[in-house]
Amino acid sequence: MDQATLSTLFILIGALAAGSFVIGLHYMNSPATARNGNLISAGGMTVAVVTTFVYLLLRDCHEGATCAVGGLTSPALIIIVGGFAIGGAVGLFLALRIAMTAMPQLVSLFNAVGGGAAALVALFDYRNIVGGPDESISTVIFVILGVLIGSITFTGSLIASGKLQGLLPGKPIAVPGGVITTAILGAIALVTTILLVLGAGDSPMLELATEIKTVLLVVLLGTALTFGVTMVLPIGGADMPVVISLLNSFTGTAAAMSGFVLESPLLIIAGALVGAAGGILTKLMADAMNRSLLNIMVGGFGGAEGTQADPTAGGGTVRQVGVDDAAIQLAYAQNVIIVPGYGLAVAQAQHAVRELGDILEDRGVIVNYAIHPVAGRMPGHMNVLLAEANVPYPQLKEMDDINPEFPRCDVALVIGANDVTNPVARTDPASPIYGMPILDVDEAKSIIVIKRSMGRGYAGIDNSLYTNPKTGMLFSDAKAGLEQLIAAVKAL
Amino acid sequence: MSGEISLLGSLVIFIMAVLVGFEVISKVPATLHTPLMSGANSIHGIVVIGGMIIAAEASDPLGYTLAAIAVLFGAMNVVGGYVVTDRMLQMFRKKPTAPKADRKEA
Repeated sequence: MDQATLSTLFILIGALAAGSFVIGLHYMNSPATARNGNLISAGGMTVAVVTTFVYLLLRDCHEGATCAVGGLTSPALIIIVGGFAIGGAVGLFLALRIAMTAMPQLVSLFNAVGGGAAALVALFDYRNIVGGPDESISTVIFVILGVLIGSITFTGSLIASGKLQGLLPGKPIAVPGGVITTAILGAIALVTTILLVLGAGDSPMLELATEIKTVLLVVLLGTALTFGVTMVLPIGGADMPVVISLLNSFTGTAAAMSGFVLESPLLIIAGALVGAAGGILTKLMADAMNRSLLNIMVGGFGGAEGTQADPTAGGGTVRQVGVDDAAIQLAYAQNVIIVPGYGLAVAQAQHAVRELGDILEDRGVIVNYAIHPVAGRMPGHMNVLLAEANVPYPQLKEMDDINPEFPRCDVALVIGANDVTNPVARTDPASPIYGMPILDVDEAKSIIVIKRSMGRGYAGIDNSLYTNPKTGMLFSDAKAGLEQLIAAVKAL
Repeated sequence: MSGEISLLGSLVIFIMAVLVGFEVISKVPATLHTPLMSGANSIHGIVVIGGMIIAAEASDPLGYTLAAIAVLFGAMNVVGGYVVTDRMLQMFRKKPTAPKADRKEA
């Protein structure tokens, strides 16, 4: 087969793979088809990887090299086969071993290495083209974007993952110099970018030696890596879902940039798809928290996480409810809505809540779950945890569907959720969460809140739901509280 | 690589793909946002192909090192991403099944 035909076939099969990514994402529209969608996408990826390998094997050896097989030198062959064996094994191990509660940090870790790979591809390509005829202005711009975005994602995602894993403190960490540091880093990046672009092309506006250009790119790389750290450190742990989603979008964009550099339509399409998907998700999440992306990125919002407030600070009185009392209310209700929050995820109480739901259903109680879009640590994280505990997904209701049901519900059981149930979001324009869409738990006929203490939620404000006369507080860890409730309901 | 695709052509492909991405994603329900993010995360592992291509073009120790790390990272992203997404999605069921029976194939 001649080289031109080979190249054409390679690109056409790439289009097939790109199509499978689009179809795969489309199938994620419904839980019933989502798994097949992911398999289609994975199939496309396998085809793409195998085709690339075959293409490289059949291709002519590049000039001046001694190739072991087809177009591959022995080190290249070892790198590809060994890289897949080791990288694949590590990825597989982590993916199979991780607990569902730790999902967000793993996704963030995979995102980091993806961004790192994109930056490395761009770096490599710059070494190849610098000083040569291929060093066009457009290619240099794509290289710079690939290095910048990929490196920011690499360190940024590692920091995000570390914060979620608890390796780094979840609270916002002030970067020395703050805004000034960011401004200096931005200025360095801008200057090196301008110099590199001016130095590119057939008749460059600025004559620079190859060595100087290489140094400039390394400076740019260092700046981007540092910026990734200083960007994510000041952001509080509870905003990490939004940050991970944004960084995911960045990695997609970085992959698309390496696609431009390598002239690979497949990389461009796949990267652009992910860039767009991540962008949309980020916006949906920011909207669900009623905050602008800028406000989240500036950071410092999560400072009050875990603060202890005076139980009666809200002005009203708090009514405590005993386990037996709560169990009777639940067991003799007709309609119960369970509102799970981050506290449930932390306590790993998803199996306990499902067991409670099951025994209530056995008694003829209608049980539904109200899921706020930002409950948990990732958008939709709560759904994954409850699915893990075998809760059928038709029982998991989204906010807009469940809110009209609260007035008809006998008991709303709130487990470790705070800000997303706080009525002040509707009533108090002065509140920082005013305007945030919330679950209208306060409209239920009776409310039971399982919570460890009167500690404030992530937004650091008091929740007027807790002083509502209809509310009974059950102070306990989510898992222990649920287990006590299960025992009490069984004993009835 | 092939040099057959112009810059302008590449830009058009990029813009169309972004639009397709917007269109496809905005229909996904919040229930599936975590698997979606994870699934999209695996798709950008496509950059592993870039790693393979640069491995084939490398000719000195530094070049090989860059390529090796890129392939390693990319492979981890692709394999781990798809497997963990599948693990999440296989738990979404309409009807409850016997618990603990679903662990084997993960």
